[in-house]
Amino acid sequence: MSEDINVNNSLRESATFDRTAMAEIRRAAETGIYDIRGFGAKRKLPHFDDLLFLGASMSRYPLEGYRESCNTSVVLGTRFAKKPIELDIPITIAGMSFGALSANAKEALGRGASLMGTSTTTGDGGMTPEERGQSNKLVYQYLPSRYGMNPDDLRKADAIEIVLGQGAKPGGGGMLLGQKITDRVAQMRTLPKGVDQRSACRHPDWTGPDDLAIKIQELREITDWQVPIYIKIGASRTYYDVKLAVKAGADVIVVDGMQGGTAATQDVFIEHVGIPTLAAIPQAVQALQEMGMHRKVQLIVSGGIRNGADVAKCMALGADAVAIGTAALVALGCNHPKYDEEFKEIGSAAGFYDDYHEGKDPAGISTQDPELMQRLDPVVGGRKLANYLNVLTLEAQTLARACGKNDVHNLEPEDLVALTVESAAMARVPLAGSGWIPGQMF
Amino acid sequence: MCGIVGLYLKNKALENQLGELFYPMLIAMTNRGPDSAGFAIYGDEVAQGTTKLTLYHRDKAYDWSVLARSVQSDMDCGVEWFRNNKVAVFKVQLSAAKASAYIANKTPDVLILSAGRSIEILKEVGLPEKIAKDFNLSRMKGSHIIGHTRMATESAVTMQGSHPFSTGQDLCLVHNGSLSNHNRLREELKRDGVVFQTDNDSEVAAGYLTSRLQKGDSLNGALDNALKDLDGFFTFAIGTRNGFAVVRDPIACKPAVLVETDDYVAMASEYQALTALPGIENANIWEPEPATIYVWERD
Amino acid sequence: MKTISLATQTVRELNQALHAQAIECTEREWQVLAPKGEHNIACGIDQNIAVDVKGHAGYFCAGMNKKAHVTIHGNVGQGVAENMMSGTVRVKENASQAAGATAHGGLLVIEGNAGARCGISMKGVDIVVKGDVGHMSCFMGQAGNLVVCGDAGDALGDSLYEVHIYVKGKVKSLGADCVEKEMRDEHFQALSDLLNRAGIDEDPGAFKRYGSARELYNFNVDNASAY
Repeated sequence: MSEDINVNNSLRESATFDRTAMAEIRRAAETGIYDIRGFGAKRKLPHFDDLLFLGASMSRYPLEGYRESCNTSVVLGTRFAKKPIELDIPITIAGMSFGALSANAKEALGRGASLMGTSTTTGDGGMTPEERGQSNKLVYQYLPSRYGMNPDDLRKADAIEIVLGQGAKPGGGGMLLGQKITDRVAQMRTLPKGVDQRSACRHPDWTGPDDLAIKIQELREITDWQVPIYIKIGASRTYYDVKLAVKAGADVIVVDGMQGGTAATQDVFIEHVGIPTLAAIPQAVQALQEMGMHRKVQLIVSGGIRNGADVAKCMALGADAVAIGTAALVALGCNHPKYDEEFKEIGSAAGFYDDYHEGKDPAGISTQDPELMQRLDPVVGGRKLANYLNVLTLEAQTLARACGKNDVHNLEPEDLVALTVESAAMARVPLAGSGWIPGQMF
Repeated sequence: MCGIVGLYLKNKALENQLGELFYPMLIAMTNRGPDSAGFAIYGDEVAQGTTKLTLYHRDKAYDWSVLARSVQSDMDCGVEWFRNNKVAVFKVQLSAAKASAYIANKTPDVLILSAGRSIEILKEVGLPEKIAKDFNLSRMKGSHIIGHTRMATESAVTMQGSHPFSTGQDLCLVHNGSLSNHNRLREELKRDGVVFQTDNDSEVAAGYLTSRLQKGDSLNGALDNALKDLDGFFTFAIGTRNGFAVVRDPIACKPAVLVETDDYVAMASEYQALTALPGIENANIWEPEPATIYVWERD
Repeated sequence: MKTISLATQTVRELNQALHAQAIECTEREWQVLAPKGEHNIACGIDQNIAVDVKGHAGYFCAGMNKKAHVTIHGNVGQGVAENMMSGTVRVKENASQAAGATAHGGLLVIEGNAGARCGISMKGVDIVVKGDVGHMSCFMGQAGNLVVCGDAGDALGDSLYEVHIYVKGKVKSLGADCVEKEMRDEHFQALSDLLNRAGIDEDPGAFKRYGSARELYNFNVDNASAY
């Protein structure tokens, strides 16, 4: 952008005080309050694009595209549950609340996931009947706020996900501003209409993995040990967190990197707390391997998964499945260019929109406005999501076959190389063309 | 995270049964701490001028008599000792400082778990029941005892990382919770001369107390300062030569239950650890208040 | 009357038997012996039955209770009646932290004292405590009533939404956005009703009412230090 106005190369922008930094300082000076927005970390981070697969060659042989199968199914929750969840594809829909998203959006997610034989997850607002009705496999989140929590919905769920945190804000609670607390949302969350919801960042009746172990037992007791219990953590001290989650009794662990989205939180939280997804996965896998629990306690990874290459790379690093949030919304039409004029009217632009907290989303996804919401047809949206999930799966299979694997779970770290020193160190794979993995002291 | 337990006898007639009464308390905390366990028992006090040390060697068949003879000849003092599994209890007619320094220098592969006139610390990696049996806990006698079962959080599961921690004479600490400013505190305490063996936050808390006591604080004063200077979530049980103390941080999220009868004071992370104690049905049961120091000491 | 002793059976067996009553109610009166501080006793019940726990219970006793009437003849650990939806839970002695946490309905009576964070995040339950409550009680309480016949600890009702808090004794300090409010006829009536339902004989006239000042309901820079 600077080239446009940089006539004769005489203007020089500061890398420290660039225009974005200055705009934020001005905004702070005007309002006196921190900037709240949605989406995940937007700054450039070491990510899956920095890794490449080593395809078949003289020593490794590829599988044929159509005739030779490449399995994608996965079973989650084998450790203790009587009814583990069987998924046809290793891609799930991450927790996003009704409240943050419109009812139509939640229904579309359920339809799309069910078409592809995978699961969706409730969010910080409780379970809606639409969601339970449309989703064949529904994971019910158990959060610090406990909005809408009740034993009937707990028993209707296919799995329970105890949320300690999420990648966008490890250590922060949920946030929903007044303009999105409609009658229905207010009633589900037991809040007065129009308040700015303040959410707790810690669970109210337990703190620490020793007490979490007892809470997990309670949830198992209430559901008669039928369903898997997941623990979701925002990526920070992942190695220790995963070990503690295993010790506390989890069936499945969900690790969400800093690129993971949110509907609303402080910008500083999103950009400056938590670690990249790439740096979290090897820590999680190492923790599981050291405890002899890799593949026995399943690992779901999320935070910036966009395409089948990302999915395949997560598998190669040792994940059992991935979850998508932001990508699923984009598939439904979030930030669609056809609404560019309307985005401009509300101070944003197609591809840049992250003011989910304002509830004015022209695409009808992160809004409670009844007119805007109608723009998203749940059946059409469901089809689009299913298409996208299908492409993710096909792409991942393509890469797995190219590496000679008949199951995406047979991809290994040794199938990968890195393009940069940072990504090599974080992913713990060698720099391409060398045998060097920087930082191997752990 | 962890389970902590403590038993302080008011009635001396029970001293022969201290280990027997304490054994079920420790085992009850297994779910809270399956990684390692340990306890500090006070009793069999030696005279002033003599130091009792508990020493650990990873080889169960280690020949302690060699060390005993070296101490005797090199330092010209009396030495008695006995073995308990991988631990040896040495009674040396020297000051604690001299005895510790000599042993650390002479046999660096021997770990000094505790030093003082009354305290014996025994700890190991493994399930609480195994540790209790290995050390023959149920046969032990003494005046008071505190114990710990560990679920390691941010540091490794090692013997040294187990609780109780001792960084001063007859002093020990067990901790349930997670401190958040221990790394900088550790550096400051190192500059004050405190020696640390692990990365463990609980060891920092023990070192902090030792440092305050050395600076002249009373036990109460040191714990008061701890409430100001330590950040994070904690329930502590502290053992001293004459008694024990319990304190919780101001937010008080980590559990603690206290029980008192005419015969004893007991403390545990969960009530179910206390159900086998005599007279528990009619005992006074309460939870310690946050940021409040509870001390029981004999005169 | 069905009696189950936890000395010979497990909490799992007890809870399974109690849960079966939701499908077919074969027994209305239950007695649990030798609870010995075990956790998760009588959680997840969904039937109009009476359960008497004869002794002290551990964490989450009667968690997520629906319709049942559970009496604990002793102390309880953390989170008694957490997320209760309906029914009654009565604790004859003391309750530990987070009593009635996030509960949506029903009545929780504590005849002794309650620990810290009593009624934290409550969402419609009525809690009546004969003794004292600890610090941070009714933290982020959203709906329902909390009645304290004894004293309340520090930071009562911090970040309160619409809970009505009635305290007879001293309040050590009030939390952010919690203020004393006027007791009008409807409040005397409501309090009288709560005390009757709890079976506690106290004069409503001796209580003060506390509630949200509602100044934190929408973000305002001047309140930044309260967030």
